[in-house]
Amino acid sequence: MSTEKDLDAYQEFIKGIWRDNPVFVQVLGMCPMLAVTNSAVNAVVMGGATLFVLVGSSFLVAAMKHLIPKQVRISLYVIIIATFVTVADYTLLALLPKVHKELGAFIPLIVANCMILGRQEAFASRHSVRYAVMDALGMSGGFLLALLALGGVREILGSGSLFNVDLFGDGFEPWVIMILPPGGFLTLGLILLFFNWFTVRRRAFLQRVAALDAEEG
Amino acid sequence: MERKDPRLLLQSAPLLHQGMTTPQAMRDVWLALLPTTLAALWFFGIGALLLLLTTVIAAVGTEWVFTPPERRKVVLGDNSAALTGLLLGLTLPPGLPLWMAFLGGVVAIGLGKTIWGGLGGNLFNPALVGRAFLLGTFPIAMTTWSPAGDPAAFFDLSASLLALPLQSPDYDAVSAATPLGLMKFQQQGTGFTRLLIGNTAGSLGETSGLLLLLGGIWLWLRRDLDWRIPAAIFASAALFSLVLFLVDGSRFPPPQATLFSGGLLLGAIYMATDPVTSPTTPRGAWIFGVGIGLLVVLIRMFGGLPEGTMYAILLMNAATPLIDRWTQPRIFGRGGRRP
Repeated sequence: MSTEKDLDAYQEFIKGIWRDNPVFVQVLGMCPMLAVTNSAVNAVVMGGATLFVLVGSSFLVAAMKHLIPKQVRISLYVIIIATFVTVADYTLLALLPKVHKELGAFIPLIVANCMILGRQEAFASRHSVRYAVMDALGMSGGFLLALLALGGVREILGSGSLFNVDLFGDGFEPWVIMILPPGGFLTLGLILLFFNWFTVRRRAFLQRVAALDAEEG
Repeated sequence: MERKDPRLLLQSAPLLHQGMTTPQAMRDVWLALLPTTLAALWFFGIGALLLLLTTVIAAVGTEWVFTPPERRKVVLGDNSAALTGLLLGLTLPPGLPLWMAFLGGVVAIGLGKTIWGGLGGNLFNPALVGRAFLLGTFPIAMTTWSPAGDPAAFFDLSASLLALPLQSPDYDAVSAATPLGLMKFQQQGTGFTRLLIGNTAGSLGETSGLLLLLGGIWLWLRRDLDWRIPAAIFASAALFSLVLFLVDGSRFPPPQATLFSGGLLLGAIYMATDPVTSPTTPRGAWIFGVGIGLLVVLIRMFGGLPEGTMYAILLMNAATPLIDRWTQPRIFGRGGRRP
């Protein structure tokens, strides 16, 4: 096990939101990202389900890490994840049958979300419960925000509304492409472009500041 | 050292300069498109002028925004962005709201060109990327055609043109079907003379077959385009549609109607021949053109859309790197038969 002295719970949380954002930086979980973000409601429900599954399974894996034999760890992770996915699936079916129907196969497919399995293997199985849960919260929070950004843009342009609230009135001409798969690819690509542009600009700015500091100092 | 192969001729400087530059080639295309543009004005009135101006301004403006300030003079100086805007405008229906046309221009340059690294880097023809985006985004507005007007109504502006941004257009005039739409949905042919002259419904620049051909021939004489590509497109499309016509003359149009209706001429002469997105080898140009011709007829006759030139060219654009790799000429001195 790694040393936990130099870990900071807040840092573990915040890295998933921004610096190591699972979608914009690691480009993981693309399947639900592209498939179910045609409205903000779908995006939030999908993000919420993923958050529940990731936090639950990270907690369990971190708690049981000493009991899991190394040779079969991946299949055990998948069983743990599948348990939580089944819980999420039936809960959604009971509470939000309409959204559940729209999300269709993508709720069961959370099992296959590589971000979730990746966090178990890379983080939860090597750290204590406290940090594993913080990491899971951060990662799924970042995933939820990314889904919301994409779903928001696509719903505003594709249907002229946000969370089913009409924004533009009756005369609005919907951008049909935005609620179709190409709109998902286009929007995600443009957001990634913006994210990279921003990162490069920020790094250049910090370097300039550091250079100026060195000159004065 | 003794020279072994007399065919191997090494030259030293000075070498001849071909004399052709990018701005010059662009100017030639502009001139070749002038008759077509004037015909669009004649048939569709002042609205056509507004549409074309909008797409040109959108394309040039987008290029300006996405070019670093110190390179703007060079990048914008070759008029290629403006040409993309003009070509996009010529593929739009006459009643399209101006805000949609503007969006198309932005997408054409932004997603079709600068994102790939500017002139010469793009995989797909930028004008067609813009048009494909518009067709996917506003399928109804992009397939509502107004009839070719009489010159008396030159200054009449259609209300749909001036729809406010993000608002649906209001169509005041009667809409008309394009020759291709008539053929596909009502099995009704259009006279060949009308297709040649161009007083039919359709996109701004695609109706007049004669003027498009004229511009194409001039470009060919100026050596601005690879004649193999349009020739291959015409030959394969005509042959394929002749076969279909002979099989069932009531369902399929005759070959001359296939060639002169829809965007086939405009696409074959001005868009498929874009040197950036078409193969560079002569053999590749033939493969590329034949592929487009076959795809156009296939989409038109058996697809859900009445017109398929745009998708045919975009699909073959995607195949261009592969064709180029296949048709690489043998490097001198390597491979081949051993003596």
